[in-house]
Amino acid sequence: MTIQTMLSMLFGGFQTSLAIFALTLVGALPLGVLVALARQSRIKPLAWLMRIYISIMRGTPLMLQMFAIYFAPYYVFGIQLNPGSKWTAVVVAFIINYAAYFAEIYRSGIQSIPRGQYEAAEVLGYTGSQTFVRIVLPQVVKRILPAMGNEVITLIKDTSLAFSIGVAEMFSTARAIVASQVTMLPFLFAAGIYWVSNFVIESLLAALEHRLDYYHE
Amino acid sequence: MRANAAQQAGPADAAAKGQGAADGLPVVSLCHVRKSFGEVPVLRDITLEVQRGEVVAIIGASGGGKSTLLRCATLLERMDAGSLSYAGLEVARDEGGRAAYADKATVREARSRFGLVFQGYNLFPHWDVMRNICDAPETVQGRPKEEAEAEARELVRRMGLEGCERKVPCELSGGQQQRVSIARALAMHPDVLYFDEPTSALDPQLTSEVLKVIRGLAEEHMTMVIVTHEMAFARDVADRVVFMDEGRIVEEGTPEQVLVHPTQERTRAFLAHGKD
Repeated sequence: MTIQTMLSMLFGGFQTSLAIFALTLVGALPLGVLVALARQSRIKPLAWLMRIYISIMRGTPLMLQMFAIYFAPYYVFGIQLNPGSKWTAVVVAFIINYAAYFAEIYRSGIQSIPRGQYEAAEVLGYTGSQTFVRIVLPQVVKRILPAMGNEVITLIKDTSLAFSIGVAEMFSTARAIVASQVTMLPFLFAAGIYWVSNFVIESLLAALEHRLDYYHE
Repeated sequence: MRANAAQQAGPADAAAKGQGAADGLPVVSLCHVRKSFGEVPVLRDITLEVQRGEVVAIIGASGGGKSTLLRCATLLERMDAGSLSYAGLEVARDEGGRAAYADKATVREARSRFGLVFQGYNLFPHWDVMRNICDAPETVQGRPKEEAEAEARELVRRMGLEGCERKVPCELSGGQQQRVSIARALAMHPDVLYFDEPTSALDPQLTSEVLKVIRGLAEEHMTMVIVTHEMAFARDVADRVVFMDEGRIVEEGTPEQVLVHPTQERTRAFLAHGKD
């Protein structure tokens, strides 16, 4: 097998990794906000439910969660699994797992906004949702950006966990080539691609941090 | 109807507004207000009315209940007992020794009638000066952007903040930030403007900038209630001085009466202490 063939196979797998990455962000970034708000809700049962949800998501392996979500429809509802089920299970598991982590980061950010901001908004007549969207959230984003950067970088690497359930992302592809061609090169290439992707993400985050640097408290 | 008229009038029209208030209702009226934090009584039977165009200074030692009174009047804190009205709009009334608050719509309407200037400014740090002043008129009152901006520019000029329009709060001095926060409150066209120790966080130089602005508003007959430690300023600007101690109004009257010829022992003690 030529190196070119190897690389093109790896990039094929990388597209799947990227799709998991992108869908997770698109789903988990907004879901995390809702979870964070529900976690701080005045409705106690809702707040407790969110605490338990976050605790389970953080307290058990993501790999196990993928399997649970993959098999749950069959064992609980008797729904027949189809070839697309694995892909759905991976994406759902990633979204609800990452939403829990994001929610805790959002919560730390929301709680760090001084009371005076809420009071100023209240006296000016802003509604609760206007206050959150216009005044609190933009400040939260700036505060949590470094912590979110960590999670996003972890997410790129975590996409390799989809390998365990049999979704052919880049790591699965690399491992298959390694086994069939008896060479370690695919692992080296895969490592390089993961690292370069994260380098790009780090640069984007740094640029975003720089853009938000126009003010401080 | 009257509320709408008042909202549309700019702060510069405050004098005209005062004459126009033929009904003669006090702008704000607090009656028999009580408030405790847990077991600790902070306000014990406070009654205070402020007339249109009046400037009231509230003085007294820390912990005397001045700030809590302002927080009750601005609905940041709920009274335990007593009543609160804004020119006939009943926000809370006394029901068998407990304060019963009106529905959300009434509370919302009441909020449009006052502004509050905080000790710590509480500007929105992610917005520039213009956005800090324009945003509430646009977002809360739904006024057109051009109108809100034109008025904000006028307020910037009156506050002596020309050239700061595009600066964010962290680029401004404390005195400038406090003047932005006064502009932000004025942009909402309140009937009454509350100040909670507006210069306590400022050095003497910056304090005088802010006091100058407040004095200017007093000359335009803006209705104001000012919690302050600046005795000379209170004497100079206020129509009425209220001395509070241990949750009660101990003495009130003209600055001359309260600050120069106090009749109560506690007022004398406070004033003597303040001078050393």
